Amino acid sequence: MANSHQLKRVDFIFRNENDWEKVLSNTIKKTPQDLINELISSELKGRGGAGFPTGLKWKLTAEAESDEKYVICNADEGEPGTFKDREILSRVPYKVFTAMAICGYITGAREGYIYLRGEYKFLKEELEKVLDEFDYYCNEIKLDFKIRVFMGSGAYICGEETALMESMEGKRGEPRNKPPFPTQSGYRGKPTVINNVETLVHTFTIFKYGAKKFYDLGVQYSRGTKLFSVSGDTPKPGIYELELGMSLQDFVYEFGDGDTKAVQVGGASGFLVPRKKFKDAAIGFKGKLTGISLPTGGSMMLFNSSRSMFNVLDNYLEFFREESCGQCTPCRVGCQQLLLGIKAVKRGDKPAAYLDKLLRLTETMQYTAKCGLGQSVANSFSSIVENFREEMIY
Amino acid sequence: MDPIQTLIKDLADIHGRKRESLLPIMQGVVEREKYLSELSMIEIAREMDIPAADVYGTATFYSFLETKSTGKYTIRVCKTITCAMKGKNQVLFAIQDMLKIKLGETTPDHLFTLLETNCLGWCHKAPAMLINDDVYTELTPEKVREILSVYLKQNGSNGNGYH
Ligand SMILES: Cc1cc2nc3c(=O)[nH]c(=O)nc-3n(C[C@H](O)[C@H](O)[C@H](O)COP(=O)(O)O)c2cc1C
Ligand code: SF4
Ligand code: FES
Repeated sequence: MANSHQLKRVDFIFRNENDWEKVLSNTIKKTPQDLINELISSELKGRGGAGFPTGLKWKLTAEAESDEKYVICNADEGEPGTFKDREILSRVPYKVFTAMAICGYITGAREGYIYLRGEYKFLKEELEKVLDEFDYYCNEIKLDFKIRVFMGSGAYICGEETALMESMEGKRGEPRNKPPFPTQSGYRGKPTVINNVETLVHTFTIFKYGAKKFYDLGVQYSRGTKLFSVSGDTPKPGIYELELGMSLQDFVYEFGDGDTKAVQVGGASGFLVPRKKFKDAAIGFKGKLTGISLPTGGSMMLFNSSRSMFNVLDNYLEFFREESCGQCTPCRVGCQQLLLGIKAVKRGDKPAAYLDKLLRLTETMQYTAKCGLGQSVANSFSSIVENFREEMIY
Repeated sequence: MDPIQTLIKDLADIHGRKRESLLPIMQGVVEREKYLSELSMIEIAREMDIPAADVYGTATFYSFLETKSTGKYTIRVCKTITCAMKGKNQVLFAIQDMLKIKLGETTPDHLFTLLETNCLGWCHKAPAMLINDDVYTELTPEKVREILSVYLKQNGSNGNGYH
């Protein structure tokens, strides 16, 4: 158990904070500049997967010139193995709304949207009920900010921020070229802050308790806590808030079933870590500690030795093939060919060396695909094929 | 006026006639009609003053916006990794056996359509499925048979019509 530290359970996100009205009215007494500085000093990074510094995102949007701006909460949560955002929206929605309104105050946006995946439609009515209360209070304190729920309709790619905006504009959810980034040109071509549900809740914590409270948790480059969605071969599947920076080894001690063969960190678009690398892997953003660091939207899927890694990869590739928006060739054709390719090797129609060709194809996709979907197929593909090559062949 | 026309006009009155209103309008039609027929897509295009091809192009992008006739209840069984590991196939076989339809098919009485879908966000309670907007988790063949029986009963059917 070299260089590992204990897993630390924390309870911020789901803590019931009945004083959201006070948090909102007190926070907007401060200047936007002070609030941005507070957020930047917390070193909060986005919890949707990409890990962009949240303070900087809000600052750029605040500085963008426009009399029309938007705040969007990304509740598309489609990454396999992720289910924390649903839990946040059902248990502490007012924290998300408060954070959005504060963001509106800071950036000058007067409208906010929650892009809720179609699969979570059962949440809509309850959210709108809480929103009515929220609107009432905003009126009372004369805060000009209105939040609406926008429903998705079953497309994983719409979680990608620019695809999400296309979808809100009534179009096919096809990602845009970046730049320009949403902070300059987002929804309806206007400066837009888009954040993951959990990211917004962390800003609530920061505005209520101060940046230091958040900063003191976690490790360098990976401050604060994170919700983990734990599933697969584990005796305790569920949602857990943990301090960032733990080693994967400790995670497996806590959540494994004693026979953990590998853990998929970050969903199908993340990495598969085999048992022999658990002790070198830490969960957090890039640039931390020694060994491998694994950024994650919080999806942790455990596999025990009864699982075939070929079946796992086959399942992921089918997912990507179906969910690829088809807009760019490397991803559209690449996903199809990878799926056909591994099946051909398994059947013996292609020699084992064909796997190396497929690995080169994923590298090409990484460089040439237009968005994160096509670019990240290489993550799971290479981490599975390189670590479990025999299972791909026999 | 045709009831579809009335529905679409009402939806456009609520959501507006801007391009941003297209998804909410299509979702509204699907909620009532279960799918977007050619007629409703043409009518949406007319009401919003955009090409019908744009409506069709947008609709076909989204897996929850069906453009083929579907049953009153659409069953969507999750087939992504955790559900696949936790017995999704047995659940699927139980449904197919009970309703006598294959994936992608609709029962002759137009009550059920059976589909697979990707991760529903309930992996910690796998396997999971949706019946329209309602979520069912920790499924077993027995549990799914019970669930479907309730739907059948509510619709005055005993399922004997399925051969
Ligand atoms: C294919 C794809 C799917 C994504 N899905 C989601 C999602 O469901 N939820 C989410 O918050 N971010 C998702 N993202 C990341 C968003 O593009 C964006 O980075 C994020 O919403 C920004 O918020 P954050 O900075 O608070 O993390 C996805 C990205 C890609 C490439
Ligand atoms: S990488 Fe895939 S999902 Fe992304 S734009 Fe290209 S085809 Fe679409
Ligand atoms: S894998 Fe089925 S709900 Fe996530």
